[in-house]
Amino acid sequence: MQHVAIADQPDELHDPQSFIAKYVWSQDHKVIAIQYGGTAIFVGLIALVLSGLMRLQLGFPDTFDFIDPSSYLQFVTMHGMIMVIYLLTALLLGGFGNYLIPLMVGARDMVFPFMNMLSYWVYLLSVLILLASFFVPGGPTGAGWTLYPPQAILEGTPGYDWGILLMLVSLAVFIVAFTMGGLNYVTTVLQARCRGMTLMRMPLTIWGIFTATVLGILAFPALLVSAIMMILDKTLGTSFFMPVLVSLGESLEYTGGSPILFQHLFWFFGHPEVYIVALPAFGMVSDVLSVHARKNIFGYRMMVWAIVAIGGLSFIVWAHHMYVSGMHPAFGFFFATTTLIIAVPTAIKVYNWVLTLWRGNIHLTVPMLFAIGFIFTFTHGGLTGLFLGNVTIDLPLSDTYFVVAHFHMVMGVSPIMVLFAAIYHWFPLMSGKMFNETLGKWHFWCTFLGTYAIYLPMHYLGFLGVPRRYFAMGTTNFIPESAQTLNAQITIAALLVGLSQLIFLYNILWSLRYGEKSKKNPWGAASLEWQTPDQPPRHGNWGPELPEVHRWAYDYSVPGVKEDFIPQNHPVTAEERTDGEGGHA
Amino acid sequence: MKLLKVLGTKPWLHDTEAGGVAAYAGPDNEAAARIALRFVLAIVGVLFFLFIITFLSRSQYPDFEALAGAPWQPFTDPTRLWFNTSLLFMASVAMQWGLGGTRQGKLNVAVTGISAAVFFTLMFIVAQMDLWLHLQSMGYYITSNPANSYFYVLTAIHALHLIGGLVILSNVVFRVWYDNKLESLAAPLQLCTTYWHFLFGVWLVLFALLSSRPETINALAAMCGF
Repeated sequence: MQHVAIADQPDELHDPQSFIAKYVWSQDHKVIAIQYGGTAIFVGLIALVLSGLMRLQLGFPDTFDFIDPSSYLQFVTMHGMIMVIYLLTALLLGGFGNYLIPLMVGARDMVFPFMNMLSYWVYLLSVLILLASFFVPGGPTGAGWTLYPPQAILEGTPGYDWGILLMLVSLAVFIVAFTMGGLNYVTTVLQARCRGMTLMRMPLTIWGIFTATVLGILAFPALLVSAIMMILDKTLGTSFFMPVLVSLGESLEYTGGSPILFQHLFWFFGHPEVYIVALPAFGMVSDVLSVHARKNIFGYRMMVWAIVAIGGLSFIVWAHHMYVSGMHPAFGFFFATTTLIIAVPTAIKVYNWVLTLWRGNIHLTVPMLFAIGFIFTFTHGGLTGLFLGNVTIDLPLSDTYFVVAHFHMVMGVSPIMVLFAAIYHWFPLMSGKMFNETLGKWHFWCTFLGTYAIYLPMHYLGFLGVPRRYFAMGTTNFIPESAQTLNAQITIAALLVGLSQLIFLYNILWSLRYGEKSKKNPWGAASLEWQTPDQPPRHGNWGPELPEVHRWAYDYSVPGVKEDFIPQNHPVTAEERTDGEGGHA
Repeated sequence: MKLLKVLGTKPWLHDTEAGGVAAYAGPDNEAAARIALRFVLAIVGVLFFLFIITFLSRSQYPDFEALAGAPWQPFTDPTRLWFNTSLLFMASVAMQWGLGGTRQGKLNVAVTGISAAVFFTLMFIVAQMDLWLHLQSMGYYITSNPANSYFYVLTAIHALHLIGGLVILSNVVFRVWYDNKLESLAAPLQLCTTYWHFLFGVWLVLFALLSSRPETINALAAMCGF
């Protein structure tokens, strides 16, 4: 059966009957989304545990014998790579992209369902290859998540023989998976929208996911190219990146490549990657804020333009990650300028979120709490980005905890806040059950306050000059004794935040089994995904006929209409109005 | 500018200007596949573009020796490369010919064209591998110089894309085999043909780059700021 997404012929929709066709080798975008989500959360938990181990060492050095300098570096590397690629990218695009795109644009499924299924299984393969590196001789790579050569493949770096190879191969396999999924997302958005769903009527979630996917499609090849060339440098002895060097007293056969070339390639991928994660989060948070404030999103068009502008600009800022690599001052000036220009559309978005809340009928539900929390953490992380975007300020702060604090606020905590908002918001749609509100609020406050307890002091440590990536401080006379106290306090906060995620897991698992049945469209959302005949939506999503869209996704509290929201697929009739005007179609 | 017009619509207005129900053109499977192909070509294009940029950057390091220029360098006389190029060109022409036959409903032309395209593509890959062996016999190994490394990597990646194309093409052809309808072949075959022409274009760029003399490479690198 081809193209179920487009065909409006329900008799062609063979609902899969067997368990395996329905839940394992499924081509249904909703099942694939949940497979993606489950796998991503699973590896994310591993990365969370790794960060806990890291913090144990930093907070209480010389206490834990099983953490030596090598394993510490391995924890840092695997934590970073898993969180950025295998959790955030996979959960936002593979998970939410898969679930929401067909439902929000009014399609029956993705345009290429078989390729979509393949995308998940290839992703799982990449995860397995990555996790296998924990079990090979030498363990996983400890090169840092940026995998800079020459150290990444030289003796002396943990996992220099097997770990780094498995990491690079796993990344290449992940890119193949992402490409198969990404082709589906862009094509479905462009070609499978239902009648009346114009591009400018799409919810901002879809705009975010769509633009992020285009970024991914254009940026991931840079990672693939660097991975291929580094694998060859490692296995065959080519000298793409490897300079002439002496390692452990022995002259190597490399003829004189350029490690900086790798950095350029890596960050040409790495910076757009920030927005591959951020743009879907921007979109989803816009929708959550609008629904729970019962107000249309402020400046919809500007929000779309900002998403597109940020996407475009994200390709010309990459070298701000490399100010300390010794670049020409003119380049530094160029990249600092473009970096600061990105702040303009980003600030527009933040203002628009706040203006959406202004005079809204704010319901402080769990998803709304997380969405508002996101505005705080993102503004916070964004402002420190303005510091680091300037070359002169970045130079002294680079490689300190200030950078760690900045990117965790802007790229770690913020998207995670949105992910929680999104999971709580769409949980009733996905499962047909309600979660426990009280546990959800506990989860929010522990996470929100806890992350501030972790990262605010970290900025201060950065100002003091505490270096990142160090296993132990050693004897440093410029770092006062109190820094170690602060480090211990951060560790305790981090462990508590980590443990508080168990509340979330318990809440989700408990609610799936014992949760109260959710009423249909419990938040009163206007967008199309809540208007399916069944909740959760069945195979094919829409029953016998595809929906027809008459309006944008943000008709909340429309003056002169009885209900406080009008679903996208609903034409308002004269009887439904209180002001006696005729209905629009 | 259609895009600017789209981005300029005001979706909160309920008139047709904001994109009424009438604007819907109906489902279109072929358009979806065409869009997907455009994205595939963009991805492949970016991949080779990035390889070429790194090639130009790497060429400015002292250990780089271009494969053409001095009389003893293998591609100073690019006859073998021209021969391989002609094979891939024939594959592209045969695809186009087979596509024409498919559109006109001529089964024999379609079968001959596609078979010839597959044959010439395989011949191209074999000829490239023979070129590898030839270079190795002359002592041009993958590690002996970055220019050699790039030659092997770029030709290998290009060949892998051709093999991927062959897999897709066989899928398309076998689907028609079971359908037993020649007309249903035209649209997917058009996409395959575009892909073949694109890869032929990519090969021409690689050919030009790999057989360039040092002065040309230096000039290109200087233009890119390396």
